[in-house]
Formats: sequence, structure tokens, C-alpha cells
Amino acid sequence: MLEKIHDLYDTLERQRVLLSFKGDLTEDLITALLGIVEKKLPLIDGDARSRKRVFNVVVECLQNLYHHNANMKVKDGMPVPTKDPHGVVMIARTDQGYSVLTGNFMAGAEVEGLRSHLERINNLTPELLREFYREKLADGTYSKNGGGGLGMIDIARKSGSKLEYGFVPYDEDNAFFSLNVNVTT
Amino acid sequence: MASLHLEGTPKTPHVNFDHETGLLELKGRSIPENSIEFFKPLIDWVDKYGRTPQHRTALHMQLEYFNTSSSKCILDLFKKLETIRAAGNEVTVLWHYEADDEDMLEAGEDYAGIINIPFKMILIEEADSTQG
Repeated sequence: MLEKIHDLYDTLERQRVLLSFKGDLTEDLITALLGIVEKKLPLIDGDARSRKRVFNVVVECLQNLYHHNANMKVKDGMPVPTKDPHGVVMIARTDQGYSVLTGNFMAGAEVEGLRSHLERINNLTPELLREFYREKLADGTYSKNGGGGLGMIDIARKSGSKLEYGFVPYDEDNAFFSLNVNVTT
Repeated sequence: MASLHLEGTPKTPHVNFDHETGLLELKGRSIPENSIEFFKPLIDWVDKYGRTPQHRTALHMQLEYFNTSSSKCILDLFKKLETIRAAGNEVTVLWHYEADDEDMLEAGEDYAGIINIPFKMILIEEADSTQG
């Protein structure tokens, strides 16, 4: 176990990781993580707009992680229920800007719906993405998690690049969802 | 009716809604996990204000950040004001944005395109260092 901490350090350093966390998520923890990111913001290369965009994407990704969560974790290779939402987040420097990565379990039945939503978003130009956002905003309905189905659209708009995502099926009911948002600065 | 005053927090804006003057102000950031819960008393206040509104109402929106769950609630707030305007009162939304924050300007334009209230886009002047 001891040498693993050096490997972990080495990996985090080579991946230019600013922040990483894995575990149970509470509102207080998200507030704390956002506080850390905000303190690091002035160190972010780019103009004020880029810094705001990075922060915006982190806010939306963490809140997605918290709200759209099946409250599951892996134990001995199988998903088991957790009391709180559970997941992983990592923010790393890239050559083009910043990468905001998140991962969490979700209901297997919701995978296809999310996949088609993300495919649709990735196929839109910035102008059409804005139109899609306006449309969703104006329809006046709330999703079951209290949002307006605007999160991913906003993330895509602010990132300025295509969303990278994947689903790892575990069993009939559960899949692990991974998202990588590249924010160009 | 009593004015509504809330101090800002790292996740919620400073709120100052004054019935006497018809001046409503939202300033800071709005990124709570539960936006509906935060905005409910604001929307309820405007709803009540609408029964005896001032002839002129101005809502100043000066947000640095807001999350997407707040954006729906902000729309609901504007809709309450739209009703007050439809009843024959003057209502204006003053949308403040910083020079380098084109995203915030666009967000204001998006609302202006949806809501039937005149919007004024106001560029926030760079803070003068002599003003502390």
C-alpha cells in the first residue's frame, strides 16, 4: 500500500491535477470543493471570461453529480447502495485549457435518454445550442430534480467543445456514467 | 408590506426588495443546490407586492454567477413582474454585466427575448481603485 501513495502522487502530478475527490457527496462538501476551486481561479491561465467559464462548468458538473446520482458505489466489483450521493471528480490542466471529469452511478433505465440528450447537444452549433437553451428555459417546466434540463446544455455552451462521455454497465439496473468536459481557455 | 432583505452568502445573492420605493435588487451569485427553496420566498414576495405595486418597479439584476437551476427560478420571478406590468404598471429589469462577461450579457438577452418586460443592459464600470 505504501508505494501506492507515491504512484498516486506521480499520476496526479503528471496529469496536472488541480483537485480530485472520490466519496460521498453532501451539500457542505460541494460548497467546500467550490471554495477550493474558487481560491485557485486566479491561478488559471486565460482572461476573466475563461475563469468564469471554468467555475461555471465546475458548479454545474458538481451539482449534476449531486442531483443525478443513483447513490451507489462499488464494493468487490459490484454496486452497493450508499446513504448519500457518491461519485468522483477531477479537475486537471490540459494543453487547451481545463478538463473537468466526473463519474457516478445512474439508473440503467435512464442511460439511453441521457445518451440521446448528449448526442443531440454535441450535434448542435453554438448558435443552435443557444436556441435549444432558450427553448428549454422558456418552456417553464422543472425536471424531477428541480432543474430545468438545462445543465448539460449550459455545460456544453460554456466549455466551447464537444462533451466526452461513456457508460459502463454493471448490472441490469446500474451503469457508471463518466463525463469529461474540456473547457478551452 | 415589509421589505425583504437577505444577506448574500457564497452560494446565494444579496436580496433587497423594497415595497416603499418599488426597487428590487438581486446582487452576487446564485448557485445553491436547491434553487426552488431559495427563490420561493422571493417569488412569494413579488406575488404579494403585485397586489399593491408601485406605479414604477425596477428590478436590478447584478449577478456574477448563476447556475441552471436558478435560471428557471429567475424566469419565474420575471413572470410575476410581467403580470404586474400587464396590469398597467411600469416595470423595468436592469441587467448588469461586466465588460469581459459576454456570457452574462447573452443570458440577459435570452431572458429579454422570452419575457415581455423592457430590459436595460447596464455595463458595470471598472471599480475605481480610489473608491476602496
